[in-house]
Amino acid sequence: MHASVRPAVPVNIPPTTVTSAATREMPAALSMRMTIFKVNFYYGSKQTLFDITLGIATNKVTALIGPSGCGKSTLIRTLNRMYETVRNARLEGEILLDGQSILAQDVTSLRRRVGMVFQRPNPFPKSIFDNVAYGLRINGSKLPLSEAVEKSLRHAALWEEVKDHLHKSAYELSGGQQQRLCIARALAVEPEVLLLDEPCSALDPISTAKIEELLVQLKDLCTIVTVTHNMQQAARISDFTAFLLVGQLIEFSPTPQLFTTPGDPRTEAYITGRFG
Amino acid sequence: MTSTTTTVPSAGPVAGSRSFLSRLREGDEIARVITFLFAASVVLVTLLLVFELWQGSVLPRHKFGFNFFRTSVWDPIFDQFGALPFIFGTTVTAGVALLIAVPLGIGAAIFLAELAPARLSDTLEFFIDLLAAVPSVIYGLLGVFIVVPLMREYIQPGLKNTLGFLPLFQGPAYGVGFLTAGVVLAIMVIPYIISVSREVLLSVPRDQREAALSLGATRWESTWKVVVPFARTGIFGSIFLALARALGETMAVTMVIGNTPTISASLFSPGYSIAAVIANEFTEATGDLYLQSLIELGLVLFLLTFILNGLARLLILLTSQRGSEMSHV
Repeated sequence: MHASVRPAVPVNIPPTTVTSAATREMPAALSMRMTIFKVNFYYGSKQTLFDITLGIATNKVTALIGPSGCGKSTLIRTLNRMYETVRNARLEGEILLDGQSILAQDVTSLRRRVGMVFQRPNPFPKSIFDNVAYGLRINGSKLPLSEAVEKSLRHAALWEEVKDHLHKSAYELSGGQQQRLCIARALAVEPEVLLLDEPCSALDPISTAKIEELLVQLKDLCTIVTVTHNMQQAARISDFTAFLLVGQLIEFSPTPQLFTTPGDPRTEAYITGRFG
Repeated sequence: MTSTTTTVPSAGPVAGSRSFLSRLREGDEIARVITFLFAASVVLVTLLLVFELWQGSVLPRHKFGFNFFRTSVWDPIFDQFGALPFIFGTTVTAGVALLIAVPLGIGAAIFLAELAPARLSDTLEFFIDLLAAVPSVIYGLLGVFIVVPLMREYIQPGLKNTLGFLPLFQGPAYGVGFLTAGVVLAIMVIPYIISVSREVLLSVPRDQREAALSLGATRWESTWKVVVPFARTGIFGSIFLALARALGETMAVTMVIGNTPTISASLFSPGYSIAAVIANEFTEATGDLYLQSLIELGLVLFLLTFILNGLARLLILLTSQRGSEMSHV
């Protein structure tokens, strides 16, 4: 099968092919929200991802770990096609969301379904309310705006802290609050999948703990994919962990299994702190 | 004992207790004094300017008082001087220039910063910087030989035929006048607006764009609703720069405005601006009152620039969105 020729890839990839050599046995009954199939990624002529195949289980937390430069951020950015903002970036292979190719669909509606939270908190220079309402205003909202904003802020565990000053600038919030605001902003458009690219790397331990707790709660609401360089964090919050090394998927297993009985010596070396 | 006495002075945080002389030796104080003098010189020059203009315009200030601003007769023979037509001309030409230059300039900046390929953007930026450095007399020549005939033959008759019901576009098409001066000024200030606005737009953090895109915004929605508002302070800065340039521009305006002190509702009418009349008449001014009236015009231009800049800033404060005032600026 030629994964590089996009039309040749069948839209319904059988679950058996998804479980590739690097991926160990997954619980059989899991439904996959997203499927990454034989993805190769290039910046210009430099290849940064090699033949990645993995499934993102519905309503679970999937963590991508690995040392700096291993391609975990690149991989997460393929899931909402955010890589397209970079010149000369090119992707080969197939990525499915609910069985449909994300590469063939309209990118704005894809990003509405696959939300993203970034490494540094990046609220808009607007009020707290307007930040959360931004996505609702451009996409339309089923609920009245103020109800939808409240709902998202509650989901992001920020409502109690900000309900009395929704019209203050988002920049007056602390870093951890700003990051939860960004999560609320992403949740407001009710995405099916929420991508988080090292969401805690710029935060203090207490804010980090709050966000970790939040992510575990949020998986009832949507499917979560998070990138982290913090192995303890991956162990604490995720259901599945993928370990990447220089652009290759070394191991993908249920989290307890990966951390207790790693199947690859390189995974073991990484999680025991011998490099990275 | 000895060890404590030697370590105490070297403990850094007690800088305030060090003597002035030791701070002077270490260079901190010298740097502070010298840079303070540089900064203070700005205020000094401004004050000196106002003082000179104030001193030099004693006679007309005493003779005409506030009537200087209210009357429109400019008659050196009978010693009657009123500044109104010049204030009118300066304001109207600068206003026309901004009306044309702001949308064009900001639009071009958005294209160059957000939409154009990097190589094209950099190449065009080179030409824009070149345009910004062209002496104003050259723009004056462009005005006289190209803009004036175009206005007289095509644009003014065209405007008259289509929008002639407005008082703005009535009267004979001379070619020279407020509209032409405004157009030439617009051509001159557009490079400033483009160049500064483009820089500001390019400096908007990438994560702001990505935040908008990740919420399902189109590229244009992310540009118009996130990137441009983020950069608004800097973009307004470019407009201030353009306004200051348009208000004070002398040579190019003199060449195309018609040099007739007129107040008219029609933009086709020839007029005069403050800077143009000072440049034209200063060398020929006979008599102290005449000369000093020109100096007072200078004072008026100074004040006008001051007031219009203040009003523009006020406008921004009033229109700025809630929540954004405290932000990144």
